[in-house]
Parts: sequence; structure tokens; C-alpha cells
Amino acid sequence: MLKKLALAATLALAPVSGAYAAGASGHVENYDFSFEGPFGTYDQAQLQRGLQVYTQVCSACHGMKYVPLRTLSAEDGPGMPDDQVRAYAEQFFEVYDEELEDFRPARPTDHFPENNAAGAPDLSMMAKARAGFHGPYGLGINQLFKGMGGPEYIASLLAGYTGEDKEEAGAILYENEAFPGGWISMAPPLYGDDVEYSDGTEATIEQQSKDVAAFLMWAAEPKLMARKQAGFVGVVFLTVLSVLLYLTNKRLWAPVKARAKE
Amino acid sequence: MSGIPHDHYEPSTGGEKWLHKRLPIVGLAYDTLMIPTPKNLNWMWIWGIVLAFCLALQIITGIVLVMHYTPHVDLAFASVEHIMRNVNGGAMLRYLHMNGASLFFVAVYAHIFRGLYYGSYKAPREITWIIGMLIYLLMMGTAFMGYVLPWGQMSFWGATVITGLFGAIPFIGESIQTWLLGGPAVDNATLNRFFSLHYLLPFVIAGLVIVHIWAFHTTGNNNPTGVEVRRTSKADAEKDTLPFWPYFVIKDLFALAIILVVFFAVVGFMPNYLGHPDNYIEANPLVTPAHIVPEWYFLPFYAILRAFDGDVWVVIAASFLTGGIVDAKFFGVLAMFGAIIVMALVPWLDTSSVRSGRYRPMFKWWFWLFVVNFFVLMWVGAMPAEGIYPYIALIGSTYWFAYFLVILPLLGVLEKPLPQPDTIEDDFKAHYGKSSTTEGAPAATPAE
Repeated sequence: MLKKLALAATLALAPVSGAYAAGASGHVENYDFSFEGPFGTYDQAQLQRGLQVYTQVCSACHGMKYVPLRTLSAEDGPGMPDDQVRAYAEQFFEVYDEELEDFRPARPTDHFPENNAAGAPDLSMMAKARAGFHGPYGLGINQLFKGMGGPEYIASLLAGYTGEDKEEAGAILYENEAFPGGWISMAPPLYGDDVEYSDGTEATIEQQSKDVAAFLMWAAEPKLMARKQAGFVGVVFLTVLSVLLYLTNKRLWAPVKARAKE
Repeated sequence: MSGIPHDHYEPSTGGEKWLHKRLPIVGLAYDTLMIPTPKNLNWMWIWGIVLAFCLALQIITGIVLVMHYTPHVDLAFASVEHIMRNVNGGAMLRYLHMNGASLFFVAVYAHIFRGLYYGSYKAPREITWIIGMLIYLLMMGTAFMGYVLPWGQMSFWGATVITGLFGAIPFIGESIQTWLLGGPAVDNATLNRFFSLHYLLPFVIAGLVIVHIWAFHTTGNNNPTGVEVRRTSKADAEKDTLPFWPYFVIKDLFALAIILVVFFAVVGFMPNYLGHPDNYIEANPLVTPAHIVPEWYFLPFYAILRAFDGDVWVVIAASFLTGGIVDAKFFGVLAMFGAIIVMALVPWLDTSSVRSGRYRPMFKWWFWLFVVNFFVLMWVGAMPAEGIYPYIALIGSTYWFAYFLVILPLLGVLEKPLPQPDTIEDDFKAHYGKSSTTEGAPAATPAE
């Protein structure tokens, strides 16, 4: 065990090259999302479309165990009516109830179920756990206007399949322009018209990718709008306070500085 | 307490006299707040207030976060998500705490660079400097342990790497590492002790901050000229100083408010800017992240740690001379801690009798090179250790040590300092007396 640990530590300490060197971080398309920038907000219709894609496509393999179903009714989220949330939970998900010692239809108080069936990662925080672009480059404040690129990465990945595949060590890998390294084990999930949008939006691969990416951003950061608002109030309030303190300070020091001229 | 002569608190009413005889607490508060402060302080003297604010912010947000956090390997990650999703104002609270740590380090680095430039560490302020370095070390320990608590991938692997450093100590390293971790690897025992210490250390820091303030209130503040306040009489002292309240309290609060505008913009609009995406993935001992990087404020030291690999001649020499006891890994650890130790010893390494860098024509260049070097090390610390980066890290690390161990001792002998003003009053008059156009301008350029 100690040896293993020492090995791990050395590996970690020493050339931390790996992925960075392999460098082949894929191409991430810089899609525009409504929630970018200091005043960006979620597009409720888009979140609902994204939920539909998640439910009918992604949830077959992926789970979202940190997201409570009840939050689907959040005003600054998908904003579904309470009865609709209840119906949705009941219709689409089953959870294991320890009291009943059996599965039962999900209720709004439950979370989205986790799903380890295919070994697919949980999607609760996926939009924050992947960065399409990050770090101080450009002006160093790209994140202020573009976000950190998580949703862009997800959308690019879903729309980034080239159609090529290969077999490697008994597993099939699919070529993907956005995935670091270029080959991903997830089969292409979208082919176009995988869902039928009730608002008439055409369900192209790109449209569905963007919608589900936006939905996953909401799932990862449900308080985004409240946070931006609090940030805005804080910035405005502190700017006013700064001006007041500037004037106070100037007036306070004026006689001291005037005396220095004598 | 011998200090700069100034008015002291005199209890006037009966009640005040009664209290003052038994507990002179009002007097203490009065003397602390009305402490004579050099009137020529520039904008680099505002960081102390920012730091005090950061400590308060971190303690207050931290205490509330603890009310909702669960220090257990199976529950920690989920409890942080619980804070982010279910606790009222929880997301804001956590982002404030997360980014508060970064603001804390921005402020402490600015504060340290100010001290290095203006010679604030020189006699009689060595104790203030040493206490400050202790606070800085504790801050690093606290920040590191705090970063482990959310139990994300970077938390876990960062903890594994850093505690692994202790494993590099010859002979007893592995035992020390096991003892620190509470087991053979980073696990629940580690998380629990880090949580305990992360809660404890800020209060130790608060105690040391009081000693830090006590020390420099005894010696008096340094100032941009490095010339001491005249203590010959109260009248003389008053020509050089102004009471802390209200002159510097208002000035510092103004600066703090501006800094908080930026801070709130970061927290509100891009709270994950300084974080790492991998920390939104729950810790998994079986999956090593492709690229383990510490938080930005550790990067310069991380660069120094990695700079000394087995190909560097000093490392080969050290290994040969010690019969292999000091290997490349242990050398890196020594270099990293050594970098902070030489900085702590700077009061005795700097031989110049002139305090302020303003009057040291050669020192200035070396100092600014040191600052640039710090940022180069920070940048290279985030890069993979391959290609040209290790060379840059090695040059940067060498300069770090050369600055403290060679350049500062020699400069004191070689350099011809410029004439200094006789008094702080002269400096203040020289600045505000002649130029009437720059009325609202700061007392000196902030970055000087």
C-alpha cells in the first residue's frame, strides 16, 4: 500500500505531462448561450427542450443524482408547474425506497436517479466539470463574457461525431472532434429528430446538443441567475460606497494637504 | 509601551473611571485606533485592512458553511452540493468563501511585496516580519486543507501529492506521512483531521494577527521613505503623523470598497474562474487526473518544488555528498520550504542601512526582477514539467535564492544610496507642497 502511494505521489509529482502533452484537446465550438455574460439568463423554453432530450436520450445511460426533481419547477430554471413536475417524475423515473424495500415511481422530493448501468459518468455537474476554454488567456477575462465553456464542450461533443469508429482492446471507440484524444467510447447518442419538440423547434443534432447542454448547465448551476443578480447588486452598491468614501476621504485630507503647501 | 508620543485616553465620567481602574479596555481601543501613523503612507499600505477583512470574511462564511457540511468521504461531496442547491444563499456563501481565499492571497502577496520594497522588515521590525511569515505559512496550510474538504478530484489528488512531500524526508518520511494522513493513504481520517485543523488554524491566525499589530504599533509603521517618525516630542511627532482614525480608516475603507467591487464581480459573474473543473468530479482514488495543479497561489512554490530534478548539478552534488540521502525529490521539498525560509530571514540577509527601495537605485532593478520572476514562476508552475518549462523554472528558482542569499547581502556593500529626506514631514511637503495640480492624486504612485 505504501509503495502504491509513493508511486502515486511520484507519478503525480514528476512529469505531470500526460493529457496536457498529448495536448490534443479537441475543437470546442464557441456556441452562444443565453446565460453567458454578467446579465445572461436561462432560456426557460430551451431548458425544457433540454430536459426532454436528457429524459428521452441521455438518461438511458447517465444519471443525475445530485439534482432534486422538485427544482424543475424553479422560476429561474425550467419553471415547470408543480403538477407537471409531479407527473413527470412519476412517469419517467423509478427510485428505490428503503421503507418499502422496493422500487416506486419517483416523487418531486426525490433526486433524478443515478445510473451506473453503462458506466457512464453522472451528469449533475458535468457542465462545470469540463472546461471548453478556461484560464487566463486573451484578456484573461473571457469567462466573464463566455462562461467557462462547459456547455460549449458538451454541445460540441454531442455534435462532434465524424461517423468513424474503430475497435481497440475489445471496445469500440468513436471518432469525435471535440473529445481530447479524438476517440470516445460513448456511441453517438443523437442522429437528428431523436425527440419531438412540442414548441415546433426543429430537432437537428446541433439544436438538441445545444438544448441539452443548456439544461445541463442549469443542472450544474441552478442558482446562476440569483448569483448574477446578487453580484450585480453587490457591484452597484459597492461602487456607490466607493464614490462616497472617495469624497469623504478627499474632504478629510484636504486641509492636511493644504497645510503642506504653506 | 514605549511608542510614538501621543495623547492617551483619559476617563472623564465616574463610570469610565470605575471601568478604567478595573479593565482599561476603552483605553486600549482608544490607543489602538488613535495610533499616530506616518502621514505619507501611499496606497500600498492599504492591504493590511484588506487582509483583516478577508480573515473576518473567511471565518464568518466558514462558520456558516460548517453548519451544513459533512466531513465524511462518502458524504462530503454531496453535502457541498447540498449547500449549493438547498441551503438558502448557500451557493453565494460558498462562492464567497472559495474566492475569498484567492482575495486573501492577492492581498497577502501585495502586502509582502510592499514590505520587501520599502524595507519594512528591517530593524526594529523583524518580529513583525517573522510573525507575518508565520501567518503566511498558516494561511497556506489552511487554504490547502480547505481545498481538500469538498472532496473533489483535485482535493484528493492535491492532498495525495502534497502529503507525499513529507514522504520524501529520508528514513522517517513514510512514517511521518502515515502519521499525518492517519493511515496509509488519503482517506476519511485525513479528511477529518484536515477539517478539524481548517477550523482551528484561522483562529490561530487571528491570534497572530493581534501580535503582528501589537508589534508594529510598538515600533510604529514603516512608511515610503523608511525614515522614522520623530519621537523627540509630541509636537514633532504630530508633524510627521496623523491619527489612524479617521484619516487612515477612511482611506483604507475607500480602497477596500474598490477592491470589493472587483471581488463581487468575480463572485457574481465568474466564480469558478480560479477553480479547477476537475473539482466538480467526486474524489476517486482509482482515477488520477491527467494534470494535477495546485491553486494559483501555490504555483510559484510548486514550480520551485519541481525545478530541481535529477539532472540538475546541485541535486547530483547533494545526492553524491550525502550518499544518496538527499535525492531529487527531497531536494525539491527542501528547496520549496527553503524558498520561504530565506524570505523569512531577509531582515538579516539585507545588509543595506537604507530602508526604503525608493532611495536604492540598484536595489530597485533587482526587486522588480524579483516580482517579475514571481509571476514567471507562477506561470511555469501551471505548465507541464517538460520541454523548456523545467529550465525556466530552474532559472526562476535560482534567482529566488540568489535574490535573498547573494544580491541583498552584496547590494548593501556595493550600492550608493540616494539622499533621503530628513523627516516624513519634508517628504509630505515635497509631494503636496509644490504641485497644486495633483490635488486628488494619491500620496505616491501605488506600485512604487
